[in-house]
Amino acid sequence: MLDVAVSYNRYKFLGYEFLTWLWFVMEKRQEMLRKADPDLLSLEIGNRIMLENHRNNSEESITILGDQAGLEEGTLSLRKGALVTELNLVYKSGSHEWRFSIKGESLHLSGLKTPQTGPVENKEDLEGALLEKVFLYEKALALVRNLYKQFIRLRLEPKWGKESVPQIRKWILSRQNS
Amino acid sequence: MSLLSSSVSITRYKVSGELQKPVTDTLYNGLTRHAVRPIDDEPVEKTAGWTSFKNPYLPDFEGSSFVIGPYLVFSLRLDKKTIPANVIRKNVAIEIAKQLKHSGRKFLSTNEKKNIRDHVAAALIRRIPATPNAYDLIWNLEESWLWFFSNLKAANEVLETLFLKSFNLTLLHLFPYTTADLDLGLEDTEKDRLAQLEPISFME
Repeated sequence: MLDVAVSYNRYKFLGYEFLTWLWFVMEKRQEMLRKADPDLLSLEIGNRIMLENHRNNSEESITILGDQAGLEEGTLSLRKGALVTELNLVYKSGSHEWRFSIKGESLHLSGLKTPQTGPVENKEDLEGALLEKVFLYEKALALVRNLYKQFIRLRLEPKWGKESVPQIRKWILSRQNS
Repeated sequence: MSLLSSSVSITRYKVSGELQKPVTDTLYNGLTRHAVRPIDDEPVEKTAGWTSFKNPYLPDFEGSSFVIGPYLVFSLRLDKKTIPANVIRKNVAIEIAKQLKHSGRKFLSTNEKKNIRDHVAAALIRRIPATPNAYDLIWNLEESWLWFFSNLKAANEVLETLFLKSFNLTLLHLFPYTTADLDLGLEDTEKDRLAQLEPISFME
């Protein structure tokens, strides 16, 4: 296996491409989301999205904040060749809701808020609450893992360049024109 | 960060290697041998060690208390003493004035000033209490995964080092490449293709 620091830096583009692809999937390929979680009700962009453009030796980054923020600037940035580097998501499955951010370069989850769990009043409660929390974290992590697996499988296929990339390009252009 | 907080950050790891049997004894020994030690009243600036999830301020691993359901749950504690720069500056100024008065000289050399600064910092470090920060972790022994409840680079680096020292096991950080390589069940041919991937642009 490659050295950890080398592989972290060399392949962080995979995380950026994944988050950009995920935005496309959330808007245009909802069936792929349900493949990742059959109980999924919705997966939407939350209150934060960050994009970076490293093309032509320039470094340009934009951050869009706010629950109902318009994504026009994000679209414009995508058109210039930027990729999504961080994404806040609202995930609803069954009757529950999760909120979290994913950082592209590390796939770290941060600000993860699960559905509410019962209060902890004694030792037995503590163990029960822990097991419940682990189950809820696992649900969010499994969603991300399953989505990333779909992305990687696609990314490794020859049709990625022939089909997926043109579809994503078309989506970026159509967002701008809408 | 507590794994029961209302908002958490998670770093995922794969655990490489096998624990020496009997497993519970190996775990207990690793945890107690590298448990966090108090540094208050000592001339030590920072320390790191394991502590209990249930009582992070009084590490206790008796009775397999670190086993909860199918998981091992304990915490990494990082204790650090931070002296505000102004406090050091004030005490150094007082000490320099004292030495000038005592020696009857007008100036101190750079070396003398440095010695005073070091001496003052060491004396202050002994006097101030350390601030403890506990970061929980949950380890699924059977499935060889571990979640660490912090994304802080420094805390993750300490975790990786201490884990190896304590249990003789390596933590493999799961980021985009390692997740694909180790956690998605790819075939060898797919892994070869993965290693050859290059960035693409969606707009060219």
